[in-house]
Amino acid sequence: MYEKNGEKYFVVDSHMHFWDASRENWVEGRENLAKGWIDCFYGYHTLAPPETHWTWEKYLKVTPEDLMRDVFEEGYVDKAIFQSTYLKYWYKDGFNTTERNASLLEQNPDKFIVNGRWDPRDGEAGLRQLEEDARRWNLKGVKLYTAEWHENGSRGWKLTDKESYRFLEKCRELGIKNIHAHKGPTIWPLNKDAFSMEDVDQTATDFPDLNFIIEHAGIPRIDDFAYMAVQEPNVYAGCSVVIGAHMHARPKSFAKFMGELLFWVGEDRMTFGSDYNIWTPKWQIEGFVDWQMPDDEAFSDYPRLTTATKKKILGLNAAKLYGIEVPEECRLPEAPSIPEQPGEQLADEATPAGAQA
Amino acid sequence: MNVRDTVWQALGTVLDPELDEPITALDFVASCTVSGDGVASVHLRLPTFFCAPNFSFLMVADAYDAVSAVEGVTRADVVLDDHHASTEINGGVAAHAGFLQTFAGEADAELAELRQYFLEKAVIAGQDRVARPLVDAGVGPDELAALTLGAAPPSPDLDRLRARRAALGLPAGDGAPLLIHPDGSRVTAAQVPLHLRRARLTRLGMESNGDLCKSFLKTRYADPAAIR
Repeated sequence: MYEKNGEKYFVVDSHMHFWDASRENWVEGRENLAKGWIDCFYGYHTLAPPETHWTWEKYLKVTPEDLMRDVFEEGYVDKAIFQSTYLKYWYKDGFNTTERNASLLEQNPDKFIVNGRWDPRDGEAGLRQLEEDARRWNLKGVKLYTAEWHENGSRGWKLTDKESYRFLEKCRELGIKNIHAHKGPTIWPLNKDAFSMEDVDQTATDFPDLNFIIEHAGIPRIDDFAYMAVQEPNVYAGCSVVIGAHMHARPKSFAKFMGELLFWVGEDRMTFGSDYNIWTPKWQIEGFVDWQMPDDEAFSDYPRLTTATKKKILGLNAAKLYGIEVPEECRLPEAPSIPEQPGEQLADEATPAGAQA
Repeated sequence: MNVRDTVWQALGTVLDPELDEPITALDFVASCTVSGDGVASVHLRLPTFFCAPNFSFLMVADAYDAVSAVEGVTRADVVLDDHHASTEINGGVAAHAGFLQTFAGEADAELAELRQYFLEKAVIAGQDRVARPLVDAGVGPDELAALTLGAAPPSPDLDRLRARRAALGLPAGDGAPLLIHPDGSRVTAAQVPLHLRRARLTRLGMESNGDLCKSFLKTRYADPAAIR
Protein backbone atom coordinates (compact mmCIF):
# COMPACT_ATOMS: atom_id res chain seq x y z
CA MET A 1 0.00 0.00 0.00
CA TYR A 2 1.18 3.52 -0.76
CA GLU A 3 0.13 6.42 1.42
CA LYS A 4 0.42 10.09 0.48
CA ASN A 5 -1.29 13.13 1.98
CA GLY A 6 -3.64 10.95 3.98
CA GLU A 7 -4.79 8.97 0.91
CA LYS A 8 -4.24 5.22 0.82
CA TYR A 9 -3.53 3.54 -2.52
CA PHE A 10 -3.96 -0.22 -2.89
CA VAL A 11 -1.38 -1.27 -5.48
CA VAL A 12 -1.73 -4.17 -7.91
CA ASP A 13 1.30 -4.57 -10.14
CA SER A 14 -0.52 -6.33 -12.94
CA HIS A 15 2.41 -6.86 -15.28
CA MET A 16 5.80 -7.94 -13.94
CA HIS A 17 8.51 -10.55 -14.48
CA PHE A 18 11.27 -12.58 -12.86
CA TRP A 19 13.67 -13.28 -15.69
CA ASP A 20 16.92 -15.11 -16.20
CA ALA A 21 19.10 -13.61 -18.93
CA SER A 22 22.35 -14.78 -17.35
CA ARG A 23 25.13 -16.07 -19.62
CA GLU A 24 24.63 -19.63 -18.31
CA ASN A 25 21.15 -19.54 -19.80
CA TRP A 26 22.20 -18.48 -23.31
CA VAL A 27 21.73 -21.14 -25.98
CA GLU A 28 25.02 -22.11 -27.57
CA GLY A 29 25.39 -20.62 -31.03
CA ARG A 30 22.64 -18.09 -30.36
CA GLU A 31 24.48 -15.95 -27.82
CA ASN A 32 24.10 -12.88 -30.03
CA LEU A 33 20.31 -13.20 -29.89
CA ALA A 34 20.23 -13.74 -26.12
CA LYS A 35 22.52 -10.77 -25.56
CA GLY A 36 20.69 -8.68 -28.17
CA TRP A 37 17.40 -9.25 -26.41
CA ILE A 38 18.55 -8.17 -22.97
CA ASP A 39 20.50 -5.24 -24.45
CA CYS A 40 17.26 -4.10 -26.00
CA PHE A 41 15.52 -4.27 -22.61
CA TYR A 42 18.42 -2.46 -20.99
CA GLY A 43 17.81 0.42 -23.39
CA TYR A 44 14.33 0.73 -21.90
CA HIS A 45 15.79 0.48 -18.38
CA THR A 46 17.87 3.62 -18.92
CA LEU A 47 14.69 5.66 -19.47
CA ALA A 48 14.10 5.59 -15.70
CA PRO A 49 15.52 8.19 -13.30
CA PRO A 50 19.34 7.69 -13.14
CA GLU A 51 19.39 6.92 -9.41
CA THR A 52 17.30 3.80 -10.06
CA HIS A 53 19.58 2.35 -12.75
CA TRP A 54 21.24 -1.03 -12.25
CA THR A 55 24.43 -2.23 -13.86
CA TRP A 56 24.01 -4.39 -16.94
CA GLU A 57 25.40 -7.36 -14.97
CA LYS A 58 22.78 -7.05 -12.27
CA TYR A 59 20.10 -6.59 -14.93
CA LEU A 60 20.79 -10.06 -16.33
CA LYS A 61 19.30 -11.80 -13.30
CA VAL A 62 18.08 -10.64 -9.91
CA THR A 63 17.75 -12.84 -6.83
CA PRO A 64 14.41 -13.67 -5.18
CA GLU A 65 15.52 -11.42 -2.30
CA ASP A 66 16.08 -8.51 -4.71
CA LEU A 67 12.61 -8.96 -6.15
CA MET A 68 10.85 -9.19 -2.78
CA ARG A 69 12.60 -6.03 -1.59
CA ASP A 70 12.16 -4.01 -4.81
CA VAL A 71 8.52 -4.90 -5.31
CA PHE A 72 7.03 -5.31 -1.84
CA GLU A 73 9.28 -3.80 0.84
CA GLU A 74 10.37 -0.70 -1.06
CA GLY A 75 7.89 -0.82 -3.92
CA TYR A 76 4.51 -0.51 -2.10
CA VAL A 77 2.96 -3.35 -4.14
CA ASP A 78 0.16 -5.31 -2.43
CA LYS A 79 -0.34 -7.93 -5.09
CA ALA A 80 1.89 -8.70 -8.06
CA ILE A 81 0.82 -10.55 -11.19
CA PHE A 82 3.50 -12.49 -13.04
CA GLN A 83 3.38 -12.57 -16.82
CA SER A 84 5.57 -15.08 -18.56
CA THR A 85 7.81 -14.75 -21.63
CA TYR A 86 9.36 -17.96 -22.92
CA LEU A 87 11.92 -17.22 -25.68
CA LYS A 88 13.36 -20.72 -25.47
CA TYR A 89 14.87 -20.25 -28.92
CA TRP A 90 17.79 -18.44 -27.32
CA TYR A 91 17.39 -18.90 -23.53
CA LYS A 92 17.94 -22.55 -22.52
CA ASP A 93 15.43 -22.68 -19.67
CA GLY A 94 13.33 -19.86 -21.08
CA PHE A 95 13.52 -16.17 -20.20
CA ASN A 96 10.71 -15.95 -17.70
CA THR A 97 8.60 -19.10 -17.66
CA THR A 98 5.50 -19.79 -15.61
CA GLU A 99 7.49 -22.37 -13.61
CA ARG A 100 10.19 -19.86 -12.79
CA ASN A 101 7.64 -17.27 -11.70
CA ALA A 102 5.77 -19.87 -9.68
CA SER A 103 8.91 -20.70 -7.69
CA LEU A 104 8.29 -17.45 -5.80
CA LEU A 105 4.57 -18.12 -5.41
CA GLU A 106 5.22 -21.20 -3.31
CA GLN A 107 7.04 -19.20 -0.63
CA ASN A 108 4.72 -16.19 -0.81
CA PRO A 109 1.26 -17.44 -1.69
CA ASP A 110 -0.51 -14.24 -0.61
CA LYS A 111 1.76 -11.89 -2.58
CA PHE A 112 1.57 -13.21 -6.11
CA ILE A 113 -0.78 -14.25 -8.85
CA VAL A 114 0.86 -16.34 -11.54
CA ASN A 115 -0.53 -16.06 -15.05
CA GLY A 116 -0.14 -18.81 -17.60
CA ARG A 117 0.32 -18.75 -21.34
CA TRP A 118 -0.68 -20.69 -24.41
CA ASP A 119 0.11 -20.79 -28.07
CA PRO A 120 -2.53 -22.08 -30.48
CA ARG A 121 0.19 -23.62 -32.63
CA ASP A 122 0.86 -26.16 -29.87
CA GLY A 123 -2.46 -27.85 -30.65
CA GLU A 124 -3.82 -30.68 -28.46
CA ALA A 125 -0.69 -30.85 -26.33
CA GLY A 126 -1.03 -27.13 -25.65
CA LEU A 127 -4.65 -27.53 -24.56
CA ARG A 128 -3.72 -30.31 -22.15
CA GLN A 129 -0.83 -28.22 -20.79
CA LEU A 130 -3.19 -25.30 -20.24
CA GLU A 131 -5.60 -27.51 -18.27
CA GLU A 132 -2.76 -28.80 -16.16
CA ASP A 133 -1.33 -25.32 -15.55
CA ALA A 134 -4.77 -23.97 -14.66
CA ARG A 135 -5.22 -26.66 -12.01
CA ARG A 136 -1.71 -26.34 -10.66
CA TRP A 137 -1.64 -22.56 -10.29
CA ASN A 138 -5.32 -21.72 -10.19
CA LEU A 139 -4.93 -19.55 -13.26
CA LYS A 140 -7.11 -16.44 -13.62
CA GLY A 141 -5.18 -14.98 -16.53
CA VAL A 142 -2.79 -15.67 -19.39
CA LYS A 143 -0.22 -13.65 -21.33
CA LEU A 144 -0.15 -14.08 -25.09
CA TYR A 145 2.45 -13.09 -27.67
CA THR A 146 0.92 -13.16 -31.13
CA ALA A 147 4.20 -12.15 -32.77
CA GLU A 148 6.25 -14.98 -31.26
CA TRP A 149 8.13 -17.37 -33.50
CA HIS A 150 7.36 -21.06 -33.32
CA GLU A 151 9.47 -24.15 -33.91
CA ASN A 152 6.99 -25.23 -36.63
CA GLY A 153 8.34 -22.33 -38.71
CA SER A 154 5.44 -19.93 -38.14
CA ARG A 155 6.37 -16.33 -37.40
CA GLY A 156 3.20 -15.26 -35.66
CA TRP A 157 -0.52 -15.92 -35.21
CA LYS A 158 -3.80 -14.10 -34.69
CA LEU A 159 -6.31 -14.24 -31.86
CA THR A 160 -8.97 -14.89 -34.51
CA ASP A 161 -7.28 -18.07 -35.79
CA LYS A 162 -9.58 -21.08 -35.50
CA GLU A 163 -7.14 -22.84 -33.18
CA SER A 164 -6.88 -19.73 -31.02
CA TYR A 165 -10.66 -19.76 -30.49
CA ARG A 166 -10.39 -23.32 -29.16
CA PHE A 167 -7.94 -22.07 -26.54
CA LEU A 168 -10.15 -19.10 -25.69
CA GLU A 169 -13.09 -21.45 -25.22
CA LYS A 170 -10.90 -23.57 -22.98
CA CYS A 171 -10.07 -20.45 -20.95
CA ARG A 172 -13.76 -19.78 -20.55
CA GLU A 173 -14.32 -23.32 -19.35
CA LEU A 174 -11.42 -23.15 -16.87
CA GLY A 175 -12.47 -19.78 -15.44
CA ILE A 176 -9.51 -17.90 -16.93
CA LYS A 177 -11.08 -14.50 -17.50
CA ASN A 178 -8.13 -12.22 -18.19
CA ILE A 179 -6.36 -12.37 -21.52
CA HIS A 180 -3.26 -10.14 -21.57
CA ALA A 181 -2.10 -9.65 -25.15
CA HIS A 182 1.24 -8.07 -25.97
CA LYS A 183 0.57 -5.53 -28.69
CA GLY A 184 3.38 -3.17 -28.04
CA PRO A 185 6.75 -2.21 -29.43
CA THR A 186 7.65 -4.43 -32.36
CA ILE A 187 10.43 -6.88 -31.78
CA TRP A 188 10.97 -9.58 -34.40
CA PRO A 189 7.76 -9.54 -36.37
CA LEU A 190 8.36 -9.99 -40.06
CA ASN A 191 4.85 -9.40 -41.22
CA LYS A 192 2.54 -6.46 -41.20
CA ASP A 193 -0.10 -8.42 -39.32
CA ALA A 194 2.13 -9.14 -36.36
CA PHE A 195 1.30 -5.82 -34.75
CA SER A 196 -2.20 -5.38 -36.10
CA MET A 197 -4.96 -5.05 -33.49
CA GLU A 198 -7.83 -6.06 -35.73
CA ASP A 199 -7.80 -9.52 -34.22
CA VAL A 200 -8.42 -8.11 -30.72
CA ASP A 201 -11.42 -6.17 -32.00
CA GLN A 202 -13.16 -9.22 -33.42
CA THR A 203 -12.21 -11.52 -30.55
CA ALA A 204 -13.37 -9.11 -27.85
CA THR A 205 -16.77 -8.98 -29.56
CA ASP A 206 -16.96 -12.77 -29.84
CA PHE A 207 -15.92 -13.35 -26.19
CA PRO A 208 -17.75 -10.61 -24.28
CA ASP A 209 -17.33 -12.52 -20.99
CA LEU A 210 -13.51 -12.38 -21.20
CA ASN A 211 -11.37 -9.32 -20.50
CA PHE A 212 -8.66 -8.33 -22.98
CA ILE A 213 -5.87 -6.33 -21.41
CA ILE A 214 -3.72 -4.91 -24.19
CA GLU A 215 -0.27 -4.48 -22.72
CA HIS A 216 1.60 -1.30 -23.51
CA ALA A 217 -1.70 0.06 -24.90
CA GLY A 218 -0.58 -0.82 -28.40
CA ILE A 219 2.13 1.88 -28.33
CA PRO A 220 3.40 3.06 -30.77
CA ARG A 221 0.18 2.21 -32.62
CA ILE A 222 -1.88 3.82 -29.87
CA ASP A 223 -4.30 5.27 -32.44
CA ASP A 224 -5.31 1.81 -33.68
CA PHE A 225 -5.66 0.71 -30.07
CA ALA A 226 -7.78 3.67 -29.00
CA TYR A 227 -10.33 3.37 -31.83
CA MET A 228 -10.71 -0.30 -31.09
CA ALA A 229 -10.95 0.12 -27.30
CA VAL A 230 -13.52 2.91 -27.54
CA GLN A 231 -15.94 0.38 -29.04
CA GLU A 232 -15.16 -2.69 -26.92
CA PRO A 233 -16.20 -2.47 -23.25
CA ASN A 234 -14.11 -5.54 -22.34
CA VAL A 235 -10.82 -4.12 -23.68
CA TYR A 236 -8.38 -2.61 -21.17
CA ALA A 237 -5.24 -0.49 -21.54
CA GLY A 238 -2.32 -2.14 -19.75
CA CYS A 239 -0.16 0.82 -18.75
CA SER A 240 3.11 -1.06 -18.37
CA VAL A 241 5.79 0.77 -20.42
CA VAL A 242 3.39 3.73 -20.80
CA ILE A 243 4.51 4.97 -17.38
CA GLY A 244 7.97 3.37 -17.22
CA ALA A 245 9.30 4.54 -20.59
CA HIS A 246 7.74 8.00 -20.66
CA MET A 247 6.88 9.53 -17.28
CA HIS A 248 10.49 10.39 -16.46
CA ALA A 249 12.21 10.43 -19.87
CA ARG A 250 9.49 12.08 -21.99
CA PRO A 251 7.12 13.92 -19.68
CA LYS A 252 5.24 15.71 -22.48
CA SER A 253 4.63 12.51 -24.42
CA PHE A 254 3.56 10.88 -21.17
CA ALA A 255 1.00 13.62 -20.50
CA LYS A 256 -0.43 13.14 -23.99
CA PHE A 257 -0.57 9.36 -23.63
CA MET A 258 -2.42 9.70 -20.34
CA GLY A 259 -4.75 12.31 -21.78
CA GLU A 260 -5.56 10.18 -24.82
CA LEU A 261 -6.10 7.00 -22.82
CA LEU A 262 -8.36 8.78 -20.34
CA PHE A 263 -10.29 10.26 -23.24
CA TRP A 264 -10.74 7.16 -25.41
CA VAL A 265 -10.52 4.28 -22.95
CA GLY A 266 -11.38 5.90 -19.64
CA GLU A 267 -10.09 5.58 -16.08
CA ASP A 268 -12.12 2.43 -15.36
CA ARG A 269 -10.24 0.42 -17.98
CA MET A 270 -6.60 1.32 -17.32
CA THR A 271 -4.28 -0.87 -15.25
CA PHE A 272 -0.84 -0.25 -13.74
CA GLY A 273 2.08 -2.58 -14.36
CA SER A 274 5.67 -1.79 -13.38
CA ASP A 275 7.13 -4.25 -15.90
CA TYR A 276 9.70 -5.24 -13.25
CA ASN A 277 12.56 -6.17 -13.89
CA ILE A 278 12.66 -3.59 -16.64
CA TRP A 279 12.04 -0.97 -13.95
CA THR A 280 11.31 -0.99 -10.21
CA PRO A 281 7.80 0.00 -9.10
CA LYS A 282 8.78 2.52 -6.38
CA TRP A 283 9.59 5.55 -8.56
CA GLN A 284 6.70 4.81 -10.90
CA ILE A 285 4.10 4.73 -8.11
CA GLU A 286 5.49 7.75 -6.23
CA GLY A 287 5.77 9.72 -9.46
CA PHE A 288 2.33 8.80 -10.71
CA VAL A 289 0.58 9.76 -7.47
CA ASP A 290 2.34 13.15 -7.58
CA TRP A 291 1.67 13.60 -11.28
CA GLN A 292 -0.94 15.89 -12.83
CA MET A 293 -1.80 16.97 -16.37
CA PRO A 294 0.31 20.08 -17.16
CA ASP A 295 -1.50 23.43 -17.10
CA ASP A 296 -0.10 24.29 -20.53
CA GLU A 297 -2.68 25.23 -23.21
CA ALA A 298 -1.67 22.21 -25.33
CA PHE A 299 -3.11 19.86 -22.67
CA SER A 300 -6.24 21.85 -21.83
CA ASP A 301 -8.73 19.54 -23.52
CA TYR A 302 -7.47 16.36 -21.83
CA PRO A 303 -9.29 15.02 -18.74
CA ARG A 304 -7.65 15.83 -15.38
CA LEU A 305 -6.70 13.08 -12.96
CA THR A 306 -8.47 12.89 -9.63
CA THR A 307 -7.29 10.92 -6.59
CA ALA A 308 -9.96 8.37 -7.50
CA THR A 309 -8.53 8.09 -11.04
CA LYS A 310 -5.12 7.26 -9.63
CA LYS A 311 -6.52 4.74 -7.14
CA LYS A 312 -8.36 2.94 -9.90
CA ILE A 313 -5.37 2.80 -12.24
CA LEU A 314 -2.84 1.80 -9.57
CA GLY A 315 -4.87 -1.06 -8.16
CA LEU A 316 -8.64 -1.00 -7.94
CA ASN A 317 -9.31 -1.81 -11.60
CA ALA A 318 -6.98 -4.81 -11.62
CA ALA A 319 -8.33 -5.94 -8.24
CA LYS A 320 -11.77 -6.11 -9.84
CA LEU A 321 -10.50 -8.11 -12.82
CA TYR A 322 -8.77 -10.64 -10.57
CA GLY A 323 -11.22 -10.70 -7.67
CA ILE A 324 -8.61 -9.41 -5.20
CA GLU A 325 -9.96 -8.35 -1.81
CA VAL A 326 -9.25 -4.64 -1.21
CA PRO A 327 -8.99 -3.41 2.41
CA GLU A 328 -11.87 -1.15 3.43
CA GLU A 329 -9.59 1.87 3.93
CA CYS A 330 -8.40 1.74 0.30
CA ARG A 331 -11.78 1.39 -1.40
CA LEU A 332 -13.66 4.15 -3.13
CA PRO A 333 -17.16 5.00 -2.00
CA GLU A 334 -19.61 3.05 -4.16
CA ALA A 335 -20.95 5.57 -6.62
CA PRO A 336 -23.47 5.03 -9.38
CA SER A 337 -21.33 3.75 -12.19
CA ILE A 338 -20.93 6.42 -14.87
CA PRO A 339 -17.99 5.43 -17.03
CA GLU A 340 -15.63 8.36 -17.52
CA GLN A 341 -14.77 8.05 -21.18
CA PRO A 342 -15.52 11.24 -23.11
CA GLY A 343 -14.23 9.78 -26.37
CA GLU A 344 -17.12 7.35 -26.61
CA GLN A 345 -19.61 10.19 -26.80
CA LEU A 346 -17.62 12.08 -29.41
CA ALA A 347 -17.16 8.96 -31.50
CA ASP A 348 -20.88 8.16 -31.29
CA GLU A 349 -21.99 11.66 -32.19
CA ALA A 350 -19.74 12.20 -35.13
CA THR A 351 -18.89 8.79 -36.56
CA PRO A 352 -18.00 10.04 -40.03
CA ALA A 353 -17.91 8.03 -43.21
CA GLY A 354 -14.39 6.95 -43.96
CA ALA A 355 -13.10 7.76 -40.48
CA GLN A 356 -11.91 4.22 -39.88
CA ALA A 357 -8.22 4.83 -40.41
CA MET B 1 28.17 19.61 -55.66
CA ASN B 2 30.59 16.67 -55.46
CA VAL B 3 29.39 13.08 -55.73
CA ARG B 4 29.68 12.47 -51.99
CA ASP B 5 27.33 15.38 -51.25
CA THR B 6 24.87 14.20 -53.88
CA VAL B 7 24.89 10.72 -52.35
CA TRP B 8 24.21 12.24 -48.94
CA GLN B 9 21.34 14.21 -50.41
CA ALA B 10 19.96 11.03 -51.98
CA LEU B 11 20.09 9.29 -48.60
CA GLY B 12 18.04 12.19 -47.26
CA THR B 13 15.12 11.02 -49.41
CA VAL B 14 15.07 7.62 -47.69
CA LEU B 15 12.51 7.47 -44.89
CA ASP B 16 12.13 5.24 -41.89
CA PRO B 17 8.67 4.07 -42.95
CA GLU B 18 7.36 3.73 -39.42
CA LEU B 19 8.64 7.11 -38.20
CA ASP B 20 8.21 9.05 -41.46
CA GLU B 21 11.57 10.77 -41.01
CA PRO B 22 14.69 10.70 -43.24
CA ILE B 23 17.40 8.25 -42.17
CA THR B 24 19.95 11.07 -42.30
CA ALA B 25 18.02 13.12 -39.72
CA LEU B 26 17.60 10.02 -37.54
CA ASP B 27 21.37 9.45 -37.48
CA PHE B 28 20.93 6.03 -39.04
CA VAL B 29 23.77 6.66 -41.54
CA ALA B 30 26.95 5.55 -39.77
CA SER B 31 29.28 6.35 -42.67
CA CYS B 32 29.15 7.42 -46.29
CA THR B 33 32.13 7.55 -48.65
CA VAL B 34 32.67 7.59 -52.41
CA SER B 35 35.93 6.31 -53.90
CA GLY B 36 37.75 7.91 -56.82
CA ASP B 37 36.24 5.40 -59.25
CA GLY B 38 32.69 6.09 -58.07
CA VAL B 39 32.07 3.23 -55.63
CA ALA B 40 29.70 4.55 -52.94
CA SER B 41 30.03 2.78 -49.62
CA VAL B 42 27.28 3.39 -47.07
CA HIS B 43 26.88 1.85 -43.62
CA LEU B 44 23.54 2.07 -41.84
CA ARG B 45 22.81 1.47 -38.17
CA LEU B 46 19.59 1.18 -36.16
CA PRO B 47 18.51 1.89 -32.56
CA THR B 48 18.35 -1.77 -31.51
CA PHE B 49 19.62 -5.20 -32.51
CA PHE B 50 16.01 -6.33 -32.84
CA CYS B 51 14.46 -3.52 -34.89
CA ALA B 52 11.78 -5.16 -37.02
CA PRO B 53 13.37 -6.73 -40.10
CA ASN B 54 10.62 -5.54 -42.43
CA PHE B 55 11.29 -1.84 -41.74
CA SER B 56 15.03 -2.49 -41.75
CA PHE B 57 14.86 -4.18 -45.13
CA LEU B 58 12.88 -1.30 -46.63
CA MET B 59 15.45 1.26 -45.49
CA VAL B 60 18.44 -0.67 -46.80
CA ALA B 61 16.71 -1.38 -50.12
CA ASP B 62 15.57 2.23 -50.52
CA ALA B 63 19.04 3.50 -49.68
CA TYR B 64 20.53 1.15 -52.25
CA ASP B 65 18.12 2.39 -54.93
CA ALA B 66 18.64 6.06 -54.07
CA VAL B 67 22.43 5.85 -54.04
CA SER B 68 22.61 3.73 -57.20
CA ALA B 69 20.65 6.39 -59.09
CA VAL B 70 23.16 9.17 -58.32
CA GLU B 71 25.11 10.30 -61.38
CA GLY B 72 28.77 9.42 -61.02
CA VAL B 73 28.14 6.41 -58.78
CA THR B 74 29.42 3.29 -60.51
CA ARG B 75 28.49 0.86 -57.75
CA ALA B 76 26.58 1.13 -54.46
CA ASP B 77 27.53 -0.94 -51.42
CA VAL B 78 24.91 -0.42 -48.73
CA VAL B 79 25.40 -2.39 -45.56
CA LEU B 80 23.34 -2.64 -42.37
CA ASP B 81 25.56 -3.08 -39.28
CA ASP B 82 24.90 -4.76 -35.93
CA HIS B 83 21.44 -6.19 -36.61
CA HIS B 84 20.09 -9.67 -35.93
CA ALA B 85 19.18 -10.03 -39.60
CA SER B 86 22.15 -8.12 -41.10
CA THR B 87 23.38 -11.09 -43.09
CA GLU B 88 20.04 -11.86 -44.74
CA ILE B 89 19.14 -8.22 -45.38
CA ASN B 90 22.51 -7.17 -46.81
CA GLY B 91 22.68 -10.27 -49.00
CA GLY B 92 19.11 -9.85 -50.19
CA VAL B 93 19.48 -6.20 -51.10
CA ALA B 94 22.80 -6.71 -52.89
CA ALA B 95 21.27 -9.55 -54.89
CA HIS B 96 18.19 -7.44 -55.76
CA ALA B 97 15.99 -10.04 -54.10
CA GLY B 98 12.68 -8.87 -52.67
CA PHE B 99 11.78 -9.22 -49.03
CA LEU B 100 9.85 -12.45 -49.68
CA GLN B 101 12.79 -14.13 -51.33
CA THR B 102 15.23 -12.83 -48.73
CA PHE B 103 13.18 -14.26 -45.89
CA ALA B 104 11.90 -17.29 -47.76
CA GLY B 105 9.55 -19.30 -45.60
CA GLU B 106 9.34 -16.60 -42.94
CA ALA B 107 7.59 -13.64 -44.49
CA ASP B 108 4.28 -13.93 -46.27
CA ALA B 109 3.77 -10.52 -47.82
CA GLU B 110 5.84 -8.05 -49.77
CA LEU B 111 6.32 -4.73 -48.10
CA ALA B 112 4.33 -2.41 -50.36
CA GLU B 113 1.28 -2.76 -48.15
CA LEU B 114 3.31 -1.98 -45.07
CA ARG B 115 4.74 1.13 -46.66
CA GLN B 116 1.24 2.21 -47.69
CA TYR B 117 -0.09 1.68 -44.16
CA PHE B 118 2.49 4.06 -42.69
CA LEU B 119 2.19 6.61 -45.47
CA GLU B 120 -1.53 6.78 -44.69
CA LYS B 121 -0.65 7.42 -41.06
CA ALA B 122 1.83 10.10 -42.09
CA VAL B 123 -0.93 11.84 -44.06
CA ILE B 124 -3.22 11.80 -41.01
CA ALA B 125 -0.48 12.98 -38.62
CA GLY B 126 0.62 15.64 -41.10
CA GLN B 127 -2.84 17.22 -41.05
CA ASP B 128 -2.46 17.80 -37.33
CA ARG B 129 0.99 19.37 -37.80
CA VAL B 130 -0.43 21.89 -40.25
CA ALA B 131 -3.82 22.47 -38.61
CA ARG B 132 -2.83 22.56 -34.92
CA PRO B 133 -1.26 26.06 -34.97
CA LEU B 134 -4.40 27.33 -36.73
CA VAL B 135 -6.67 25.72 -34.12
CA ASP B 136 -4.54 27.30 -31.39
CA ALA B 137 -4.95 30.67 -33.11
CA GLY B 138 -8.72 30.30 -32.92
CA VAL B 139 -9.60 29.09 -36.43
CA GLY B 140 -12.93 27.22 -36.18
CA PRO B 141 -14.31 24.03 -37.78
CA ASP B 142 -16.10 25.83 -40.65
CA GLU B 143 -12.98 27.63 -41.80
CA LEU B 144 -10.79 24.55 -41.33
CA ALA B 145 -13.13 22.38 -43.38
CA ALA B 146 -13.01 24.96 -46.20
CA LEU B 147 -9.25 25.58 -46.06
CA THR B 148 -7.24 24.46 -49.09
CA LEU B 149 -3.59 23.44 -49.27
CA GLY B 150 -2.86 26.55 -51.35
CA ALA B 151 -4.37 28.84 -48.71
CA ALA B 152 -2.69 27.19 -45.69
CA PRO B 153 0.35 29.07 -44.33
CA PRO B 154 3.51 27.81 -46.06
CA SER B 155 5.77 25.64 -43.86
CA PRO B 156 8.05 22.61 -44.13
CA ASP B 157 5.23 20.58 -42.55
CA LEU B 158 2.88 21.61 -45.33
CA ASP B 159 5.45 20.60 -47.99
CA ARG B 160 5.95 17.28 -46.27
CA LEU B 161 2.19 16.65 -46.13
CA ARG B 162 1.80 17.42 -49.82
CA ALA B 163 4.67 15.08 -50.73
CA ARG B 164 3.14 12.20 -48.72
CA ARG B 165 -0.29 12.80 -50.22
CA ALA B 166 1.15 12.84 -53.71
CA ALA B 167 2.97 9.58 -53.00
CA LEU B 168 -0.35 7.96 -52.13
CA GLY B 169 -2.16 9.45 -55.11
CA LEU B 170 -4.29 11.65 -52.85
CA PRO B 171 -5.18 15.23 -53.84
CA ALA B 172 -2.11 17.41 -53.24
CA GLY B 173 -2.70 20.49 -55.43
CA ASP B 174 -3.41 24.05 -54.30
CA GLY B 175 -7.17 23.60 -54.58
CA ALA B 176 -7.32 20.39 -52.53
CA PRO B 177 -8.78 20.59 -49.02
CA LEU B 178 -6.30 20.49 -46.15
CA LEU B 179 -8.45 18.10 -44.13
CA ILE B 180 -9.32 14.84 -45.85
CA HIS B 181 -10.36 11.33 -44.87
CA PRO B 182 -8.07 8.40 -45.71
CA ASP B 183 -10.00 7.89 -48.96
CA GLY B 184 -9.30 11.49 -50.02
CA SER B 185 -12.82 12.80 -49.43
CA ARG B 186 -13.39 16.18 -47.77
CA VAL B 187 -13.94 16.41 -44.00
CA THR B 188 -17.15 18.29 -43.18
CA ALA B 189 -17.26 21.02 -40.55
CA ALA B 190 -19.21 18.72 -38.22
CA GLN B 191 -16.52 16.05 -38.54
CA VAL B 192 -13.61 18.41 -37.84
CA PRO B 193 -13.39 17.98 -34.02
CA LEU B 194 -13.20 14.16 -34.16
CA HIS B 195 -10.97 14.25 -37.23
CA LEU B 196 -8.43 16.48 -35.50
CA ARG B 197 -8.58 14.41 -32.32
CA ARG B 198 -7.65 11.40 -34.37
CA ALA B 199 -4.95 13.21 -36.32
CA ARG B 200 -3.35 14.37 -33.08
CA LEU B 201 -3.36 10.84 -31.68
CA THR B 202 -1.74 9.33 -34.75
CA ARG B 203 0.93 12.02 -34.64
CA LEU B 204 1.58 11.28 -30.97
CA GLY B 205 2.13 7.58 -31.68
CA MET B 206 4.59 8.28 -34.49
CA GLU B 207 6.51 11.12 -32.87
CA SER B 208 6.90 9.47 -29.47
CA ASN B 209 8.09 6.32 -31.20
CA GLY B 210 10.66 8.46 -32.99
CA ASP B 211 11.79 9.95 -29.66
CA LEU B 212 12.19 6.47 -28.20
CA CYS B 213 14.22 5.31 -31.20
CA LYS B 214 16.47 8.37 -30.96
CA SER B 215 17.23 7.79 -27.30
CA PHE B 216 17.99 4.08 -27.91
CA LEU B 217 20.31 5.00 -30.76
CA LYS B 218 22.11 7.50 -28.53
CA THR B 219 22.58 4.88 -25.83
CA ARG B 220 23.77 2.31 -28.34
CA TYR B 221 26.19 4.56 -30.23
CA ALA B 222 27.49 7.03 -27.71
CA ASP B 223 29.38 9.08 -30.31
CA PRO B 224 27.40 11.02 -32.92
CA ALA B 225 27.73 9.87 -36.51
CA ALA B 226 31.24 10.50 -37.74
CA ILE B 227 30.09 12.26 -40.87
CA ARG B 228 28.06 15.33 -41.78
